[in-house]
Amino acid sequence: MIKLENVTKVYQDGTKAVKELSLEIEKGEFCIFLGPSGCGKTTSMKMINRLIPLTSGKIFVDGVDVMKLDPNELRRGIGYAIQNIGLFPHLTVMENIATVPMLQKWPKKKWRTRAAELLELVGMDSGTFLDRYPSELSVGQQQRVGVARCLGADPPILLMDEPFGAIDPITRAKLQDEFLKIQSTIKKTIAFVTHDINEAIKMGDRIALLRLGELIQYSDPATLLNEPKNEFVRNFVGADRVLKGMRLYRARDVMQEPPLMFTEDEKPSTVGEQMRQNMLNWAMLVDKKKRFLGWITYDDLEKSTSLREIMVEPAVTTSPETPLNEAISLMLNSAIGNLSVVDNEGHLLGVLTFEIIRTILSQESEDKKSDGG
Amino acid sequence: MRKYVILGGLIALLLGITIWMTGLESVGIFKMAPATKVLKATARHFQIVGAAEALAIALGIPIGFFSTRRAMRFVSPVLIGTANVGQTIPTLAFIGIAGAVLGMGYKAAVIALFIYGMLPIIRNTYAGIRSVDPSVIEAARGMGMSKMQITARIELRIAMPVILAGIRTSTVVNVGTAAVAGMIGAGGLGELIVTGIAVRVTQIILQGAAPTAALAIILDAAIGGIENVITPRGLKILKAAQWQQ
Repeated sequence: MIKLENVTKVYQDGTKAVKELSLEIEKGEFCIFLGPSGCGKTTSMKMINRLIPLTSGKIFVDGVDVMKLDPNELRRGIGYAIQNIGLFPHLTVMENIATVPMLQKWPKKKWRTRAAELLELVGMDSGTFLDRYPSELSVGQQQRVGVARCLGADPPILLMDEPFGAIDPITRAKLQDEFLKIQSTIKKTIAFVTHDINEAIKMGDRIALLRLGELIQYSDPATLLNEPKNEFVRNFVGADRVLKGMRLYRARDVMQEPPLMFTEDEKPSTVGEQMRQNMLNWAMLVDKKKRFLGWITYDDLEKSTSLREIMVEPAVTTSPETPLNEAISLMLNSAIGNLSVVDNEGHLLGVLTFEIIRTILSQESEDKKSDGG
Repeated sequence: MRKYVILGGLIALLLGITIWMTGLESVGIFKMAPATKVLKATARHFQIVGAAEALAIALGIPIGFFSTRRAMRFVSPVLIGTANVGQTIPTLAFIGIAGAVLGMGYKAAVIALFIYGMLPIIRNTYAGIRSVDPSVIEAARGMGMSKMQITARIELRIAMPVILAGIRTSTVVNVGTAAVAGMIGAGGLGELIVTGIAVRVTQIILQGAAPTAALAIILDAAIGGIENVITPRGLKILKAAQWQQ
């Protein structure tokens, strides 16, 4: 979909911003341009829609050499969102979002319906916000409008330069999650610039790590974390790369079947027997519809004849979609140390224990050892 | 509301003075200017200011705008510097110099006023365009707006209130400067004032000065009104929000 061939950018003062960069972004792929400041990531991205002219090399969009296209036509066909948002202060939210449809001379009636549709897509009420002005919105809302605007004419390709950079970490995480959800339905081809390794791992299908204008490693996030090509990559991803890697798993990927699961009408003595046989000091209590009720521990068994009474209510549960790093911090907070995974209705799907996580960690480090050898 | 009452009251007072003075017909041995002459002088005054402003706007906005372009980055500091320093020259001195260089008469006055009136327009256009957030321009470019579209739909629209403020300053100052231009034989209300000063008759001075003041106030209010109508609502809200901070 997007193909860079030996792309080089030399600025007038002689600085080589990008050196012989070659990479390909597949259709529907979320590609991250990652690197420290001055690595050429933004320059590389801006050469795709010719905001920055390239010195040598070739860029193809959908197989067409971008230099053969009219730059304005090229840009209208590619969504563009930037860190400072750059909403037009004198135009309404509707007019901002409909910028490209206006430029492409869509019939006037469609501007409003399209803008309303996109505003809803990014989680804002179109009735409330369509006729507001940017200065009446919070920064988070402006950021959402910026994303809606880059989707204006439904371009197949999006270029995004730190689009969630200007907001507080909580809102940023929320917007990232929402954008991933949107992307899973719209399946755009995306070139996304960031300097934040965590954002890169969370969002990207593939990460292009650049340094001083050179492509150091181009791989999926797991490979980047587990098989850093050299010392620079290792340092850039950080010493906690194993923990960062946890982000790539979701609770449903690693949860196990509850080893011991009982309904409330079971006798504590039977439960105790089972625990001894399985060498476990805990079990899980569910109702008849397999909805999770709480934890039973071995030490409490003698306190009552009703499982319901000795049950420990769960402080937290989690959904199967929770990233593993978040699940781990929930586990660290829970007294039992295990975490139940339940669906929206509370049905027990599985359980996360530290043993499982230790197993994953050891498997990964073994993988690495065999790579090194 | 109170603003309009004060404004209306002031204009009525100044016009009242004018009519009163004209009605005196003569003071001692000196005859007052007849009503037709006062009206003609007012029209002439308006004409001088109008012609000068039309030229100043036609040339000042492009000069201010092109001074913001990259290609002009070596020339624009000189231009903007000149515009800034030029504005500090007192009107009286400016008209004096203009009379010496351009000669006397209506044309010389219009040229002098046009040059003098262009300065705030150049300066405000430059400042207004420069104040547009670069990321707004980048977004516009990235979405495929042509240079013309960016200038017309983004830069000039956002800078418009500031540019209009420049035109307003320029016009009001020039109503006054045009009065001074009476000294170099431009005609207009300045002629009455100059005559009044020459013969030391306060009533004749007032006959020229009062309508000059009224004209300045009326034009100021009129352009202020245009400014208010033309400023996009989004920019007003933005400005109000910035004031609150």
